[in-house]
Amino acid sequence: MMNRRGNLKALATAVAIVAGGLTVSVQAFAAETIKVGILHSLSGTMAISETVLKDTVLMAIDEINAKGGVLGKKLEPVIVDPASNWPLFAEKTKQLLGQDKVSVIFGCWTSVSRKSVLPVVEELNGLLFYPVQYEGEELSKNVFYTGAAPNQQAIPAVDYLMSKEGGAAKRWVLLGTDYVYPRTTNKILRAYLKSKGVADKDIDEKYTPFGHSDYQTIVADVKKFSAGGKTAVVSTINGDSNVPFYKELGNAGLKAKDVPVVAFSVGEEELRGVDTKPLVGHLAAWNYFMSIKNPANDEFTKKWAAYAKAKNIAGHKDKPLTNDPMEATYIGINMWKQAVEKAKSTETDKVIAAMAGQTFKAPSGITSKMDEKNHHLHKSVFIGEIKADGQFNVVWKTPGPVKAKPWSPFIPGNDVKPDEPAKK
Amino acid sequence: MAVEAFARGGALPQGARFLQEAVPAAEGCYSQGHNRMTTMRRWITRWAVLAGMLLACTAHALTAQEALAIASGESDARSEALGQALAQGDDKTAAYLQALADDAVKLAAGQVLVVRDGKGQDPVSGQAMAVPLDAEDVMLNNRLRGEIDTALAALKLFSPEVKVRRQAALSLLKEPDARRKPLLDKALASEKDPQVLLLVRQARAAAMLRSAAANDRLLAARELATSAQPEVLLLLNQQLTAETDTAVQGVLRKATQDVQDGLRWGERLGTLFTGASLGSILLLVALGLAITYGLMGVINMAHGELMMIGAYATYVVQILFREHLPQAFDAYLLVAIPVAFLTSALVGAVMERTVLKHLYGRPLETLLATWGISLVLMQGVRSLFGAQNVGVENPAWMSGSLQLLPNLQLPWNRVLIIVFAAAVLVGMALLIGKTRLGLFVRGVTQNRPMASCMGVNTGRIDTYAFALGSGIAGLAGCALSQVGNVGPDLGQSYIVDSFMVVVLGGVGQLAGTVYAALGLGLANKLLEGWTGAVLAKIAVLVFIIVFIQKRPQGIFAMKGRSAEA
Repeated sequence: MMNRRGNLKALATAVAIVAGGLTVSVQAFAAETIKVGILHSLSGTMAISETVLKDTVLMAIDEINAKGGVLGKKLEPVIVDPASNWPLFAEKTKQLLGQDKVSVIFGCWTSVSRKSVLPVVEELNGLLFYPVQYEGEELSKNVFYTGAAPNQQAIPAVDYLMSKEGGAAKRWVLLGTDYVYPRTTNKILRAYLKSKGVADKDIDEKYTPFGHSDYQTIVADVKKFSAGGKTAVVSTINGDSNVPFYKELGNAGLKAKDVPVVAFSVGEEELRGVDTKPLVGHLAAWNYFMSIKNPANDEFTKKWAAYAKAKNIAGHKDKPLTNDPMEATYIGINMWKQAVEKAKSTETDKVIAAMAGQTFKAPSGITSKMDEKNHHLHKSVFIGEIKADGQFNVVWKTPGPVKAKPWSPFIPGNDVKPDEPAKK
Repeated sequence: MAVEAFARGGALPQGARFLQEAVPAAEGCYSQGHNRMTTMRRWITRWAVLAGMLLACTAHALTAQEALAIASGESDARSEALGQALAQGDDKTAAYLQALADDAVKLAAGQVLVVRDGKGQDPVSGQAMAVPLDAEDVMLNNRLRGEIDTALAALKLFSPEVKVRRQAALSLLKEPDARRKPLLDKALASEKDPQVLLLVRQARAAAMLRSAAANDRLLAARELATSAQPEVLLLLNQQLTAETDTAVQGVLRKATQDVQDGLRWGERLGTLFTGASLGSILLLVALGLAITYGLMGVINMAHGELMMIGAYATYVVQILFREHLPQAFDAYLLVAIPVAFLTSALVGAVMERTVLKHLYGRPLETLLATWGISLVLMQGVRSLFGAQNVGVENPAWMSGSLQLLPNLQLPWNRVLIIVFAAAVLVGMALLIGKTRLGLFVRGVTQNRPMASCMGVNTGRIDTYAFALGSGIAGLAGCALSQVGNVGPDLGQSYIVDSFMVVVLGGVGQLAGTVYAALGLGLANKLLEGWTGAVLAKIAVLVFIIVFIQKRPQGIFAMKGRSAEA
């Protein structure tokens, strides 16, 4: 009898601890607050990328509250952890919009999580700010996309690699994690490369599951493929798989000047746990790098460093890093604040109307503008090479901001789609 | 011309000899897009400068302007400055280029300085100087990095060390340039080492592969056909697409085929190695379970978390070394191995004493309880270290790779993990097969009441055995930290694999575990080559399901009386 009770107790404790860990909701102190939902994976394979976005939203909220809040009310964060589990994203969104009645949600990284959230946000007429570069092919009235569309990241990166400066690549390995973003991006890139005269036999598409950790075969295959002509690798690997991938790349001696790898989901944060010395020269395409020099970025990085130190954020307190999705998150919440103030209301439809044409001085050095119609930001594109200290050295950039084309012209049928979300 | 005459005379001063080697190399640095007129003019000026310098019989030293022009500005201009500096350079130029290649050059207020180990030095005068606080790293992009590497390789082709010469010849083979032919001819005449000689011959052939004369191309293709370098295949393929002469095309095609045949063995061995590597990892993760589940019959769902604890123990040891013993950092892994073992063994022992002891013979409750414990452990680690992955760095001797064939490089971390897995396996087999403890463990698992009658303290033996299995899981975690990510969910991704291996091999059979691990590793990697990673994983799972349906006892079945127990 004793035994069984002891076991039950142990089990009960376990269950309690686990349940406690899954939902961390901050209790309300004052009645008059505006609730802001934060929907980022704090555990699982995507935690490497998403955790820091939660902290970015919290930092921006602190900053806004310190200046008196929005419409005279303080912002109150509601944090949930969807744990890199895609269906859970939808459930947590339902909870945020239905129970917690948040005015706006900042969240998601992977497209599969956004697709899971989308029907819920549309049905409950919520508002989602999505801060990560993605594949396009989507336009929802309830979502603002503060990350890059393919023409603001993928296409310029490929153009650079095709140029003499970028190595004049003739053959392409399109390597990604197996889900909607890499598959769609690679579909667009394949069509684009074909339009540039690259034959099908010179394009090799490869996918790995989420959390894949053994890249031996893939790196060996890339090496073999590169014997057929100057090769570049376009990597849409997401999450913590990037660490073993780059480790393998370094160990196998695949040098950037022979086979450059350009990544769309690898930033300063993802390189934290990697020895970057063998990776010097590999590339990433983003709309912001921490190493960009301008007053707005100085202020942003300093603010983050101070916040990380004050809040004792693991990793960042000793070595603060900022990256593109953090910048996009920061722009997003500030634009939302401006829109709410313009609309004098947090009502979804009014805020959506007020968002059109909002501008914000972005840390990337431009005045970022929300397009009047298509819910995407105008962004500059930067291509950076990995340095030995894990930062990026900008080797190429667009002369000015580029307007997003969520419906890529390289996918058939897109030319007739309107550049604004359907009104419901 | 003056240079040639001097060289024949054999009385070339050191600086001038450098020039002779450097000129063709410098020429190689020019992109082919430059128009003929400027190239011509540059040649004339260069020869004029050379002649002038030879009169003075000293090399023109690196100037501050040159150093600055190479270090900053647009790529095209920098590339040109590099060429000029090389043409007129001396040992200082070479040292400066080496510093650039090592990323050791900084720029402060229009002044270039080489910074090594925190000490600044003026590359021009060689004098030590203070490093200003606002000094910025000099940036190289892939193009410039490639040009500098090739220029350095051309200089190193006459190094007294065979290893350096071989590396240099290999780099020149990768980046062929017709204008470097005289340099290669000279190396060909002076080279004694047969291996390097072969590479230099191939590099020369590669440089001639784009020659205007069809006969040169033909000869070059024939020469390159004997090579077994993957880079040569790239050159041949590139030439094949551009080739117009049908005779040369035929030879090129034949040469490509020959090189490919030469590379085939490297590829096959490479696939075998990747399979063995995956197999060794599977073996490590399954060995601990082979004791706790295979011998003791505890369905231990927390096995993965015990690995995770081993990996975190490695992480903690790494942090301690970095903070307190940075000079001995590379040795941290050797300390981490016993620490990981003991930590996981301790957690395992506590688990056994407090929970599992009361649950022997009740598999369902054991499963639930260990699953609960696994969640507790994960959450505990998450609260302690954060939900994010932590970075475990490879020590220097675990980085890089072992080059066996031109296209077969075995990463050290994987080679060492195979060795480690074999060592753990042997150690465990000896422990179970040859020691008193092993005898007791076997005795207790075969017939508990009888062992108890013979005076064996069965309860204590259970604890020891479980702790041993847990400790081995900790060792697996320590190994995994060197190839993959270390995070609270580390165990989750391996728990299924480890049960798969143990069940497939036959519960209670060590040998079965070994065969199953290696077999699954190889099958997975062979399939991955054909079908891609996603389908390979599915195929392996389907195979195991079918296999267990047909043969539930696994590859090796238990025999004798204990089989019925």
